[in-house]
Amino acid sequence: MARPVRFNIKQKDTSDWGINVAEAPQGYSGEGFFTTSLDKVVGLARKNSIWPLPFATSCCGIEFMATMGSHYDLARFGSERVGFSPRQCDLLMVMGTIAKKMAPVVKQVYLQMAEPRWVLAVGACASSGGIFDTYSVLQGIDQVVPVDVYVPGCPPRPEAIIDGVMKIQELVHNESLRRRNGEKYKLLLESYGIQ
Amino acid sequence: MSLTNEIIKTGLLEKFGDLLTEWGEPYGMLSFTAPGDQNLKVMNFLSEEFRFDFLTDLTAVHYPNRKGEELAVVYHLHNLVDNIRVRFRIYVPVEKPDVYTATGVFASANWMERETFDFYGVNFVGHPDLKRILNVDEMDYFPLRKEFPLEDQTRIDKDDDMFGR
Repeated sequence: MARPVRFNIKQKDTSDWGINVAEAPQGYSGEGFFTTSLDKVVGLARKNSIWPLPFATSCCGIEFMATMGSHYDLARFGSERVGFSPRQCDLLMVMGTIAKKMAPVVKQVYLQMAEPRWVLAVGACASSGGIFDTYSVLQGIDQVVPVDVYVPGCPPRPEAIIDGVMKIQELVHNESLRRRNGEKYKLLLESYGIQ
Repeated sequence: MSLTNEIIKTGLLEKFGDLLTEWGEPYGMLSFTAPGDQNLKVMNFLSEEFRFDFLTDLTAVHYPNRKGEELAVVYHLHNLVDNIRVRFRIYVPVEKPDVYTATGVFASANWMERETFDFYGVNFVGHPDLKRILNVDEMDYFPLRKEFPLEDQTRIDKDDDMFGR
């Protein structure tokens, strides 16, 4: 028996909506099979399911709240699930002024994240200390942890934060599976005193 | 009869006489200077005689040009019953900034004295736990003393005219 009310029964023309479905990576396909290289598949999967860990200390954090809200909606980029445990997250988003006393906390949170991990410095303060050129403020979080993408602005608009996340997505997408085992990456971590 | 600045001043002058100087009433708030070793006596007198039971603030000011009395430690007291405030300060030399702790009179002085020590290096004699409270423990100077610049000296990328350095 048909339901008395039915929705979505009309086929809509979505060709001009600007909806993009992620393209399949390059590879060979045939009936019932598809072959491609592993890191392309892994990159594609990782890129569209980044779990961000917000580390919000000030006004940039308020902009991040707007970014996660329905109007800007970071969830559209696969970052729906904001995690509050560093052990489950892929992307550390540092938003706001980090005092020198807070620096070991940032580093501790970074250390607790599992590889592969990325860091996004949102706003002038997290990137460079911003207007707080003073004895008590850390002059950019790259003094304690390696940063992948910097988002300028004081505070940056939600569009800018989304742009930063999409830059991270690009990095995640194109990262070689061997990068985190490489000598260069090891040297980078060692320069921050991380084993 | 409610408590007024005149009554407090008269009471203080009767008790301490010429020891208290620099009397003033900026914005209606009675303010004076006490000798460096009399701070606890003044505080005790004010709290017992005039019910100044609340220590609103305790901080310091650095006057590099006042030789021999560079550091001023400032106390703000509040009488919550009559809603009247009073402020007094003591001066100590920066070479030997020893001040008797007020923690015996007001327990709330504990953290405020730690903060004052943290930023100005005032040594509160008798404080139960005098260590840094807001700044990083590794800091090896007292940042609000005037001889230290505000800016973080470890930076090398902000040394041009654009940043006023």
